[in-house]
Amino acid sequence: MVTPLLAGEWSGNVAIEARFFQHDGLDRRQDNSNYSVSALPEYYHEWNEAADSFTFTPFIRIDSDDSERSHADIRELKWTHVSDSWELDLGISKVFWGVTESQHLVDIINQTDLVENLDGEDKLGQPMVKFSTVRDWGTVDLFLLPGFSERTFPGKNGRLRSIPYVDTDLESYEDSQEQDHIDWAARWSHSFDIWDIGVSHFSGTGRDPILSPTRDTNGNVVLAPFYEQIDQTGLDVQATIDEWLLKLELISRNGIGQRYTASTVGFEYTLVGLFETPHDLGLLAEYLYDERGRNAPGFFEDDLFLGARWVWNDAENTEFLAGVIQDSSSSERTFRLEGSRRVGQSTKLNIEAQFFSNIPDSSSRANFNQEDFVQVELAWYF
Amino acid sequence: MRLNWILIAALLAPVLAIAETPEEKGLAIAVEADRRDTGWGDYTVNMTMTLFNKQGQSSERNMKSRSLEGKDDGDKTIIVFNKPRDVKGTALLTFTHKVGSDDQWLYLPALKRVKRIASRNKSGPFVGSEYAYEDLSSQEVEKYTYKYLKDDSCGEHAKGLSCFVNERDPVDEFSGYTVQHVWVDKEEYRPQKIDFYDRKGTLLKSLTFYDYKQYLDQYWRADRLMMINHQTGKKTELKWDGYNFRTGLKDSDFNKNSLKRAK
Repeated sequence: MVTPLLAGEWSGNVAIEARFFQHDGLDRRQDNSNYSVSALPEYYHEWNEAADSFTFTPFIRIDSDDSERSHADIRELKWTHVSDSWELDLGISKVFWGVTESQHLVDIINQTDLVENLDGEDKLGQPMVKFSTVRDWGTVDLFLLPGFSERTFPGKNGRLRSIPYVDTDLESYEDSQEQDHIDWAARWSHSFDIWDIGVSHFSGTGRDPILSPTRDTNGNVVLAPFYEQIDQTGLDVQATIDEWLLKLELISRNGIGQRYTASTVGFEYTLVGLFETPHDLGLLAEYLYDERGRNAPGFFEDDLFLGARWVWNDAENTEFLAGVIQDSSSSERTFRLEGSRRVGQSTKLNIEAQFFSNIPDSSSRANFNQEDFVQVELAWYF
Repeated sequence: MRLNWILIAALLAPVLAIAETPEEKGLAIAVEADRRDTGWGDYTVNMTMTLFNKQGQSSERNMKSRSLEGKDDGDKTIIVFNKPRDVKGTALLTFTHKVGSDDQWLYLPALKRVKRIASRNKSGPFVGSEYAYEDLSSQEVEKYTYKYLKDDSCGEHAKGLSCFVNERDPVDEFSGYTVQHVWVDKEEYRPQKIDFYDRKGTLLKSLTFYDYKQYLDQYWRADRLMMINHQTGKKTELKWDGYNFRTGLKDSDFNKNSLKRAK
């Protein structure tokens, strides 16, 4: 049956966002307030009784200050075909792997769209051929990943960045094929009894670059991203036992340096019907470990995350998530709060705040002591 | 011959009457209701929930649901949200088990993430409505113990029908209820009304079933249900429309992969 292409369905959201910083940035080019608008429409069309479908999800943000944060991306542009025992995704898509909350070690297919949010949960679309088959003994996903996207970084006028800033025009690659290197990945996952288990392997261009100081064409000191070739094997496990979720993520990565291991292990415990109300309170604890210790590029190398998820279960879907990550060997700490609530029928209010304290001056991220912020977003869904 | 049968019946009748305790009769009613609702295979249906607060203000949720009847174990269900628009594409996969906790996975479309969630949450409200998760999950016989209470009329909304009133006690320690009283009509063994008693034993909610329709010449489904919370004054109307039975759904339509692309 021939179906007109226009028979599909549009949905998505348009949002306005404001960010306020408590302190001046260390770089005078940085402002203390920042405004932006974004749009994330999605077009979906299916045919052959949904055995075939087409999804197109463009994204755009326009930012008042940061030209790097003003950006567009194709989050999804794919054809999906589903048969009885296998399915195929062809095009730009997004995939999530993992179980923990404080960081996502195992999740590696999509590049992080870091200008969107410091939490790293926003991702750029990734071109892929994805073949999946679901069997009694589990699900196998095979990925061919042509086309690499660089990580986005805030520009010189942006906040929540390193000092000096990362100049994304100066990126370089270990592999001579640079962005054209074809990566591959495979994953087996299975759910049985109380267990949800995934074992994955990725081979190709690492998503997180090594940042090194260099000089730009004007002679200013900037950080240049370098993308190495890596092999990463990952394991993610969740055991669900009544009100307990026990979680583990473990990776072993081999790149330019020595092979290293990193992991996140923890739990979420839910108190249902708190104090005879419909509210639920989830208590989270995760230990974050990186074998590289102080040399680890991120915030998390030997840290403890403690969090609370407060869900009101009301008609407005009100939720809060608060968490603190504490370094075990210093007093370095970051506190983060996220909250959301529906306003009216189809508008959502999101608030986010993050505070940093006692980051040692010797650290490459010492300037984050200045970066305490509150963000308010209002999104209209259609 | 005829005399013999009457004689046997006359001899047995009092024995049967004595043998059947209220617990046995209660269980027999539940088993019969389940037997009559066995064999439907699978179905898809649209759900519209309207939430009313105490002031009468309303908000609407719109979902699609698909279910596969379990043969040896409970049913499998996927519910996909369409409205409110901010949760569009969010989908919930449930494997009901006759014995033990159900398994549930939640798909969050913004992150493309499937999360296994604690089934302990069964007593919690479903999307802010007056329905708890456990009210919407498939009602397996094994999930309760039973006690027949009395015969009664089925109520104003089901005029002329007479009902068994059956008390059922949830087996699961995580249930939000001490007991439920179920009015089951004697004609077709359909639930007509359920009173829910909270953990303190006080009447919490009443669910009334309106406008039953029969599908495939056998299976009865109510088009409209009203859940009233007596303690908060809030209520939730649930409308089902577009039932489509035996659409050919299989086990492979109910896993984490199919959850991600459920529309």
